[in-house]
Amino acid sequence: MSTQNPGACVEFAHASVTYTSGSEHVSACHDVSLSIGAGESVALIGPSGCGKSTTLHMAAGLLAPTEGNVLINGSAIEKPRQTTAFIPQDLGLLPWKTVLQNASLGLIVQKIPKHEATERARAALAQVDLAGFEHAYPKELSGGMRQRLALARALAADADLLLMDEPLSAIDSLLRESLQDTLLELWQQRKHTQMLVTHSIEEAVYLGERIVVFSPRPGTVVADIQNPLMGTETWRDSPQFAQKCLEVRYALTAGACDTLRKEGK
Amino acid sequence: MKSSLLRKIAGYAFAIVFIVAGWWITALAVDSPALPTPIAAVEVLTANVDALVPYFLTSAWRVVVSLLIGTLLAVPLAQAFTRSPVLDTLFAPVVYLLYPIPKVVLLPVLLALFGLADAPKIVLISLTVFFQVLVAVRDAVRSVPQSALLAIRSLGGSPWDEYKHVIVPATLPAVFTSLRIGVGTAIAVLFIAEAMAGSTGLGYYIMQSWSMVNFPRMFAGIIAMALLGIVLYAIFDIIERSLTSWR
Ligand SMILES: Nc1ncnc2c1ncn2[C@@H]1O[C@H](COP(=O)(O)OP(=O)(O)OP(=O)(O)O)[C@@H](O)[C@H]1O
Ligand SMILES: [Mg+2]
Repeated sequence: MSTQNPGACVEFAHASVTYTSGSEHVSACHDVSLSIGAGESVALIGPSGCGKSTTLHMAAGLLAPTEGNVLINGSAIEKPRQTTAFIPQDLGLLPWKTVLQNASLGLIVQKIPKHEATERARAALAQVDLAGFEHAYPKELSGGMRQRLALARALAADADLLLMDEPLSAIDSLLRESLQDTLLELWQQRKHTQMLVTHSIEEAVYLGERIVVFSPRPGTVVADIQNPLMGTETWRDSPQFAQKCLEVRYALTAGACDTLRKEGK
Repeated sequence: MKSSLLRKIAGYAFAIVFIVAGWWITALAVDSPALPTPIAAVEVLTANVDALVPYFLTSAWRVVVSLLIGTLLAVPLAQAFTRSPVLDTLFAPVVYLLYPIPKVVLLPVLLALFGLADAPKIVLISLTVFFQVLVAVRDAVRSVPQSALLAIRSLGGSPWDEYKHVIVPATLPAVFTSLRIGVGTAIAVLFIAEAMAGSTGLGYYIMQSWSMVNFPRMFAGIIAMALLGIVLYAIFDIIERSLTSWR
C-alpha cells in the first residue's frame, strides 16, 4: 500500500453550534472542548439528538462552529481535508458507481491519476475482503459488505483521520461484532486517529481507547473515560469490559440527571 | 441472457400480432376508406414513401431540435433551483403555476410573433418539453441522498465534483424518463402546429391529404408520424435503461 500518514490531532476548543432556520435557533452542542491525540481512537456516546453528528461534522470540516474553534494538527479547519474520511450513518455510497469506483472516489477527487487510483482502491478492497466484487454495484452487496466498502474508500484515500457516524447501527448483532473486529484490526495496523459515534455502550467500550460521554442537548462533554485495556486479547469477554460498560452507563445517566437538575425539573 | 432476449422478441411479436389483428378487425367492421386494412396501409405507405420522406425529415428535425432545446434549458435551471434555496422559493411557485397550462394554446400567439415556418413550432414544443423536464429533474435533485453529498464533500470534493459524481448521475435517468414520456406530447403538439399553419411537415401532409379526400395518402402520413413517435420513444428508453443499469 501507499505510505502511511501518521494520525491527525483533533482539537475542539469551546466549540458550539447553533442551527438557525428562519427565526428558530437550536443549540445543538455547547462549549465542546476535547483534545484527541495522533492515533487515538475515541468513541463518542450520548443521548439521541445531543449533537454527536454535529460534532463529527465539525471535525470533518462540513460545518463551522458558531463559536469556538476546531483545529486539526494545530490549524483551524476551513474546509474538508482530503485525508479525512467521513463515513455517514447510511454510508454515503454512490449507488450508480461500481464497488471499485466507489472505493476510488476519494482518490479521483484528489486528482490522482486513474490507474494509480484504481490500483490503490483494489488494494483497499482486498484489505476488507471485497476482492472479486470490484464490478458489482452497491445494491448487489450485503449490509456488511457495503459497510466494508465504505471502509475501503477511507483506506484507499489513505486517511489519517477516520470519522464514523454510527457506522454499524443498521447491522445485526453477530455481523456487528465481526465488523467491530475489522475496525479494530485496521486501526491497530494503521494507527490513524478515529472518532466513532455510537449508541451502543458495548461498541464504545470495545472500540474506544477513550469514551467521551455527551450530555443531552445542547451536548457538551460530561465524562472522558480512559479505557486502556481496549484492544487487548479477549477484551470483550473480560470482567473489566463489563465493568467499563457499567461505568459508561453511569456517566450517561449522571449526565442526563445533571441536565435535568439544571433545568430545574 | 439468451432466453430473456428470446422472451422479449416473442413479447414484441405477440404485441405486433395483437395490434395488427385489432386494427384489421376494426377496419373490416368500420368498412370506410378513411381506415384502410393493414395490407392496404402498407401498400399506400410503400407507394407514398418517396413523397413522404421530406415531410418526415422536417417533422423529425423540428421535434428533435425542440427536445434538445427544452432539455438543455431545463436541466441546468432545475439543478440550480435545488442547489439554491432562494431561487427555489422564488421560482417554485412560478413553475407550479405555469406547468399545468397547456402550452399548445399559445400557438396562435407564437404564429403571430414568429410566422409560419419552423420557429413557432420549435418554440412551442421546446416550451412543453422544458416544463416537463424541469419538474422531473427538480424532483430528482431533491431526492439525491444527502449522505452521498456529505461523503463527497468530506473527501474534499469541489462543487464541480458534487455535480459530476452525484447530481448528474442521480438526475440523468429522470431526464430521459421525462423525455420518453414527453415524446407523445411533443409529437401531438407538433401535429397540431403543423396542421394549423405552414405547408411543411407530416401534420400538414396529413391534413392536406384529408382535405383532398385522399385517404390512402392521409393514412401513409399517419403511419409515418406514429413511426416517428415509436423511434424516439425507443431511443430514450434505451438510453434510460443504459443509464440505470445500477438500479
Ligand atoms: N441542519 C439542521 N438544522 C436545524 N437543526 C438541526 C440540524 N441538524 C441537526 N439539528 C438539530 O440539532 C440537534 C442535534 O443534532 P445531531 O444530529 O447532531 O444529534 P445526534 O446526537 O447525532 O442525534 P442522533 O443520536 O439522533 O443521531 C437535534 O436537536 C437536531 O434536531
Ligand atoms: Mg446523529
